[in-house]
Amino acid sequence: MKMIDHQNISLRLKGRRMKNQFFKSIFFVSAITGLAVLGILLFRVFSQGLPHLDWQFLQSLPSRKPELAGVKTALIGTIWLMGVVAPVSLLLGVGTAIYLEEYAKQNRFTRFIQVNISNLAGVPSIVFGLLGLAIFVRAFALGTSILAAGLTLSLMVLPIIIVSSQEAIRAVPRDLREASYGMGATKWQTIARAVLPSALPGILTGGILALSRAIGETAPLVVLGLPLFLAFLPKTIFDTFTVLPMQIYNWTSRPQAEFHAIAAAGIIVLLILLITMNSIAVFIRDKFQRRY
Amino acid sequence: MALHKSKRSLPVKEQIQRNINRRKTGFTFEKCIPFLLLAAAIVSVLTTFGIVITLLTETFIFFDRVSIVEFLTSKKWYPFSETQGSYGIMPLIAGTLKVTLIAVIVAVPIGIGTAIFLSEYASDRMRRIIKPVLEVLAGIPTIVYGFFALTFVTPILREIIPSIEIFNAISPGIVIGIMITPMIASLSEDALVSVPNSIREGALALGSTKFETAIKVALPAALSGIVASIVLAVSRAIGETMIVAVAGGSMPGLTLDFTSSIQTMTAYIVQVSQGDAGYGTTVYYSIYAVGFTLFLFTLVMNLLAQYISRRFREVY
Repeated sequence: MKMIDHQNISLRLKGRRMKNQFFKSIFFVSAITGLAVLGILLFRVFSQGLPHLDWQFLQSLPSRKPELAGVKTALIGTIWLMGVVAPVSLLLGVGTAIYLEEYAKQNRFTRFIQVNISNLAGVPSIVFGLLGLAIFVRAFALGTSILAAGLTLSLMVLPIIIVSSQEAIRAVPRDLREASYGMGATKWQTIARAVLPSALPGILTGGILALSRAIGETAPLVVLGLPLFLAFLPKTIFDTFTVLPMQIYNWTSRPQAEFHAIAAAGIIVLLILLITMNSIAVFIRDKFQRRY
Repeated sequence: MALHKSKRSLPVKEQIQRNINRRKTGFTFEKCIPFLLLAAAIVSVLTTFGIVITLLTETFIFFDRVSIVEFLTSKKWYPFSETQGSYGIMPLIAGTLKVTLIAVIVAVPIGIGTAIFLSEYASDRMRRIIKPVLEVLAGIPTIVYGFFALTFVTPILREIIPSIEIFNAISPGIVIGIMITPMIASLSEDALVSVPNSIREGALALGSTKFETAIKVALPAALSGIVASIVLAVSRAIGETMIVAVAGGSMPGLTLDFTSSIQTMTAYIVQVSQGDAGYGTTVYYSIYAVGFTLFLFTLVMNLLAQYISRRFREVY
């Protein structure tokens, strides 16, 4: 009498192995999909946009004729916007993170702030646009200015900066603080001269990533009522302006193929800006982040 | 030395007084810091209150002019008609749900497949290639995805389905799916990685294949995290604006047709903001009512995700 049916077992084993191989390739394909889509997207954008991308394109004001149009106002508007968002969001974000990590007591109020921040991170960007429209544009009468847009976007990216700064501050070891206290430093001296410098790379990395979120954002700015077409440059933060994503949106929503081509050229400019910023963030993270 | 000498030359009493004064100013500064930082922390709380209060007050003004019953039950959304304007939110919700459904159909299999590949099969080298690509995909501005949907995905769809309109639900749905895939992939991978290896090794030792270990052991153990990631991604898809504004069209309708022009809640807000609906008109207030509905949708999804990952987490 045969106890083990070798033939049957090896048959079943073969089936299971084949299933394993089959699904391995399925999972592999799905993992590669992202790479493929990114490749196609970049190829499409570059093949359409590169012929139009030259010095002239960066130097020209927007125009009703696609061959004359450029991104000068949008590019300069984006730089102005960064000038408002970076200081406001960093100051508020890092301040909040220091408060929560160093000063706040573990009580209901602190937990409430923490929960509130994580919920704020899930609010759609367009809702921040509605907030900015009611508060900054109308109630504070800032109009569609750089300041109104900058404050709106600062509130939008605040949760990102708070969370990354909190992680950076938490990663600073106790020894550093205790050594500082041991030398007779006060709490604030310890934070300002021991904790923050060693948390700075993490804070900056998070800050740059948040800033790149802000300058790629379109929806809240459309809701604020920023002009889609603007042929002059802003002089102060109270002037109206336009940014790269808005300009790209304007060109994309026109039916003519020529405008789609210059939209692609605008996308290349935006992507280069974002890639530069992200590279700086990665560089800071790898170069200066100390591990204790 | 000169400085040292000049300090010495002060009478002792004055020196002590100066030290005390200095310590006092330092002390008040030290006392002020927590309050300044607290003020910064309050800003994020005020933002939440600001969102809720502005949405609520403007929505109330809207409901003064349009009955809430009409808003919730009418099947027509014709805000721009002067004679017979009709404000029924359902067509906009239908548009949002259609796009979201397609996004989920695209993103869930690819996202979870990617997560399983990364956590169960991939070598370190593969992981070092795929993870940054996912990060880059997650960081691409949505307007770029919108451009991609309109100029690449839609033309391809028109080759496959000739009857499809230029603006439809499928093209933005697919592209939103691509956009939320990195989110599902990375959050699900985190959940899978936190499943301890000892259970996997147990399954492998009993003779199961890698696939069986992944599906029957690792996946169930990480299920709460994976489901939470899907819910969060759905919330992102519902709130996504530019892709649908560019590629979805502006024809709200309560149908099951995916091939014709639609309008989502977010796209409606964009359409009104771009047009010249003056401040104070009913159309102006309608974007707050729509925005409030959108806010409720995403809030419920976010809270649900938090609840799922807290309540059903398997702790080892």
